Amino acid sequence: MSEQNSAVRLQSALGRVRGLGSAKGGTHHWWAQRVTSIALLPLSLWFILSVAGHTGSTHAEILAWIGHPFNAVLLLSFIAISFHHAAAGMQVVLEDYVRGEMQRMVSILAVKALCWILGLLAALSVLRIAL
Amino acid sequence: MATFTLPKNSKIGTGKTYKAEPGAKNVKAFKIYRFDPDTGENPRYDTYEVDLDKCGPMVLDALIKIKNETDTTLTFRRSCREGICGSCAMNIDGMNTLACLKPIEEVKKDVRITPLPHMPVVKDLVPDLSQIYAQLRSVEPWLKSDTAPPPDGERLQSKEERAKLDGLWECILCFCCSTSCPSYWWNGDRYLGPAVLLQAYRWIADSRDEATGERLDNLEDPFRLYRCHTIMNCTATCPKGLNPAKAIGSIKQMLVERQG
Repeated sequence: MSEQNSAVRLQSALGRVRGLGSAKGGTHHWWAQRVTSIALLPLSLWFILSVAGHTGSTHAEILAWIGHPFNAVLLLSFIAISFHHAAAGMQVVLEDYVRGEMQRMVSILAVKALCWILGLLAALSVLRIAL
Repeated sequence: MATFTLPKNSKIGTGKTYKAEPGAKNVKAFKIYRFDPDTGENPRYDTYEVDLDKCGPMVLDALIKIKNETDTTLTFRRSCREGICGSCAMNIDGMNTLACLKPIEEVKKDVRITPLPHMPVVKDLVPDLSQIYAQLRSVEPWLKSDTAPPPDGERLQSKEERAKLDGLWECILCFCCSTSCPSYWWNGDRYLGPAVLLQAYRWIADSRDEATGERLDNLEDPFRLYRCHTIMNCTATCPKGLNPAKAIGSIKQMLVERQG
């Protein structure tokens, strides 16, 4: 929007404010951010305590722990929810600070792509051990 | 990126100092932002020494005294001098507030006064509010009802229904809150800001209004509403003690509720 400042604008203030109208969205994104943050509270605690509890374990013991169906499912949930939450949070930061429609869209898509790739990588690693 | 520093032509220099009359015992210095678009010069801080023994208790009293007795070119808005018109909203000692409600004695050192932050400045302490007024207009802050009013009287509300408007109707539209909000600073062209969202909620919460869904539709937007990150500057700064952050939270809650 900042590039508009340099151009001559005779459009009325109300016309500018109404702009393209309401996107009629954003609620799902906002709600998902809240839900994922609440889900991450117990999951992060479980993850940290489990990893801390394995200090000194052998490679085989760690593999066995990850391979346990209960742990594998919780790990996959932790991975999916934390990357979802990270992408949603980064999107908000970029929407706040990045100027220009194009730059904003490209940067948000790049962050989402990165989160997808890292998330899939982490999930596949768990699955290869568990399956 | 958002701009975090002032552009070159907005950097504030040091201006003149107006000394208090000789013999004044209770002197307080007011450092006031001055900007005149006609001169082409950068803004500056002028310092006015005021004899508090010959001045009323509020910051507005000092501003009026300065304008009357020291420097008639000092420009600011004021009207009611009792916190109901919202005209004298400005940043005093780092906090947006009404000059007429701010006691001078609450400021420990020099009293630094600037216009409401991040708004275009018309002159000195007068910000250009045309965009924020347009934003207020865009939420259609008036009663919308398809049901005709009773022919023999006004539209009735129960005491409980009326109580929902408390904490909302008191807003005087001084825009201290919106101009204290970092989200409004960065995205004020699309984010409506706390003052306008509180006004929108004032009509959403009104039992006599029948356009609630339409009003929510109009607000449901990543920029118009969801730039609010519950920073709470709005609530901290409101000179009327209102809670715009809570009103915005209620709008978000209703938008989730109607999802089913």
